[in-house]
Amino acid sequence: MLALFYAFISQAHGRSFMPIAGTKVAQKVDSLYSFLLVISVISCVLVIGGLIYFALKYRRKTADDKTAYISHNNTLEFLWSFIPFVLFIVVFAWGWLIYRDMRSFPDDALEIHVLGKKWNWDYQYKSGKRTTAELTVPVGVPVKLIMTSQDVIHSFFIPSFRIKQDVVPGRYTALWFEAEKQGRYQIFCTEYCGDQHSAMLGTLNVVSLEEYETWLGDNPYKGLSLAEVGQKVFSQKCTVCHNVNDQRKVGPGFAGLYQKQRQFADGSQAVADENYIRDSILMPQKQVVEGYPPNGMISFQGQLAENELLGLIEYIKTLK
Amino acid sequence: MAVTTPESEHNYLNHEKGLWSWLTTLDHKRIGIMYMVSVMFFFLLGGIFALLIRTELAAPGPGILGDGQTYNQAMTFHGAIMVFMVIIPGIPAFLGNFVLPLHLGAKDVAFPRLNLLSWYCLMVGALITFTSLIYNGSDTGWTFYTPYSIEHASSGTVWVVLGAFVMGFSSILTGLNFIVTTHTLRAPGMSFFRMPLFVWGLYSTAIIQVLATPVLAITLLLLAAERLLGIGFFDPALGGDPVLFQHFFWFYSHPAVYIMILPAMGVISELITAFSRKTIFGYRAIAFSSLGIAAVSFFVWGHHMYVSGQSELAGVIFSFLTMLVGVPTAIKTFNWVATLYKGSIVFQSPMLFALGFLFLFTIGGVTGIMLATLAMDVHFHDTYFVVAHFHYVMVGGTLMAIMGGIYYWFPKMFGKMYSEGMARMSFVFIFTGFNVTFFPQFVLGAMGMPRRYFDYLEIYTHLNQVSTAGSYMIGIGFVIGLVTIIQGMMNGEKASDNPWGAKTLEWQTASPPPHENFNYEPQVTAGPYEYR
Repeated sequence: MLALFYAFISQAHGRSFMPIAGTKVAQKVDSLYSFLLVISVISCVLVIGGLIYFALKYRRKTADDKTAYISHNNTLEFLWSFIPFVLFIVVFAWGWLIYRDMRSFPDDALEIHVLGKKWNWDYQYKSGKRTTAELTVPVGVPVKLIMTSQDVIHSFFIPSFRIKQDVVPGRYTALWFEAEKQGRYQIFCTEYCGDQHSAMLGTLNVVSLEEYETWLGDNPYKGLSLAEVGQKVFSQKCTVCHNVNDQRKVGPGFAGLYQKQRQFADGSQAVADENYIRDSILMPQKQVVEGYPPNGMISFQGQLAENELLGLIEYIKTLK
Repeated sequence: MAVTTPESEHNYLNHEKGLWSWLTTLDHKRIGIMYMVSVMFFFLLGGIFALLIRTELAAPGPGILGDGQTYNQAMTFHGAIMVFMVIIPGIPAFLGNFVLPLHLGAKDVAFPRLNLLSWYCLMVGALITFTSLIYNGSDTGWTFYTPYSIEHASSGTVWVVLGAFVMGFSSILTGLNFIVTTHTLRAPGMSFFRMPLFVWGLYSTAIIQVLATPVLAITLLLLAAERLLGIGFFDPALGGDPVLFQHFFWFYSHPAVYIMILPAMGVISELITAFSRKTIFGYRAIAFSSLGIAAVSFFVWGHHMYVSGQSELAGVIFSFLTMLVGVPTAIKTFNWVATLYKGSIVFQSPMLFALGFLFLFTIGGVTGIMLATLAMDVHFHDTYFVVAHFHYVMVGGTLMAIMGGIYYWFPKMFGKMYSEGMARMSFVFIFTGFNVTFFPQFVLGAMGMPRRYFDYLEIYTHLNQVSTAGSYMIGIGFVIGLVTIIQGMMNGEKASDNPWGAKTLEWQTASPPPHENFNYEPQVTAGPYEYR
């Protein structure tokens, strides 16, 4: 009997039509799915089979058939309430346990930032590398995606890993996975986001660790400290208007800027801390220092990766 | 009124004459018929959009609808029409209006003028919704998720939102009316436990309509205010929270699923007993499970939001509570099957639809349990698995019940019989076509195909073609059904007062009933299904 049951499960599993299971979590989900499929088929056979059997067996014979008056049966009613209840609780608990795995983020996960926008995905690595084409990750390493959207709600779905999470503007959501096999996997957007929703596709490229590092090696900042990254960015993007000493060029010189009191055109004041420097790079019109034209500085919003921005801040802090 | 009409021929249909007498009628039966005509018209429209969608999806790449935006508008109108104009008013406002007072032995509903106002609310709301077509339509889907609906959607969106707002009042007023009617207008001897189970279904539904619909109304108003005036409630760019919108929306829209299915379950109880000529098995279990479902339905909305970014603990609680709704639903199903045991069963067309309901609803039910399971839903959410599931419940459930109900009460409504052969043919096409359309969508969903996709990957082509072929079968089935109904109304043979030999009160009065429903005051001395 048990063997038959097992055979049935493996049969159901083979015909489940689920995509390849690429992670341990996905395999767990598939076991639960097989169980659900089996009890669902059994329930349907019992209910629909009973229905058809009764309907055929008790067909009307004569125009004035008399029928049995059966109003209820407590034992039967208790059983068919209690048995489904127990089954539902089992399924609930099983689903919860796997969900807990899905939502327990390993501490050592490789973090990648994902930005959803109409209608593609943008990936930023800690090294500063930034891609839109495909998400490249190493095999056998836990990866944590920290996701947000710059416009509407999207949803990040990797069918082969059985994971999905909405990507919501104005907040960060996260997903994690540890790919077991190298290969290319489909990524879908699964929250309706407009005209090209169905074209908001992506590819997950799982490669070996060495391959991943080589790929990441194209990174211009590899091996540099944050301040060194900042120095490099500064020399490329800032020196046209700013000096590293305290002499004014187009804009102010930056030596000694950090922690200095700033006097603004609107009369307010602030201390030049990290937030001030960040705002001045991304939203320069927010606070214009007295004596400078209101539109002298252009915004670098969207042009700097987070580590480039952090690097700039660190570098400016070192200028004495 | 024509004085020459013999007393025996006097009925609610010829009580007054002319279009104006219909548009100003306070008779629940006539209002029911007006709902029937409007719901059938809306269903035709929504069905055309459905066929356009399926035709587009017959092959990958641009098809009949040309581009993503047109497809998304068709998808939005299909959803909004079917939900707000067909399935929600379908059973309570149409069948419920006609049958409830007859079931209770009453002359009318408690507030006949309010009843007429409800119909006008539906009409005005529908008109406002269709006005959006002049303003470039709407492409949000029927769920209006923010911030898409606020900043990005096409400009007609606010009209659809306001239309749904007005239609909500139709639902609230009907619910209120039915609650009061059930409490105050029962015939002498009609205790609560002698009420037909359809009344229990309508009553449970009415509670949800009255309590949940105002939340939708407020949510839609906030959405309109945000879109028109830029007040930030839901758009993070304005300081709002888009997930809050989803909580508000599903706080109504999940119970609304039970507005759609509870009265359908009531209809099924009537059909199963009448056509197996047998008392219902477990009357009280079915009656209380309706109330139980209605109560728990308010606490399960978050199962639409497992991956939305809501709190993970909330997801766990909602998953648990959703499992609890499964229990009374399972009880009902088992009770219906048990009712067949040792019955005297005939396969008249209403019974075919009732058995079809049980078949499809069982599949809808077990897949609902799969979706309620947290880790499973993470994979299935927003894929075609969900589309298949809710069509099995809403179409396989509610629409099958509406069709069965129309055929069942048709002789009472019009005093005529339709062609049984044609009605059976419509069943065969609808039932077969339905499974051909939607069963492959479970597989598509398991394979990962997301919903609301204008275009899809090659691997999904084959099953989509099967699905599209099935949708044409459903279309043919409903056209046959429509022809059957119109033909029956025009040329049907005269029906007797009680052609099915059923026991509930409406079958004891004339077909069609007189203006006052009963020419005598009904006295109730037994339960509704006393087949002995």
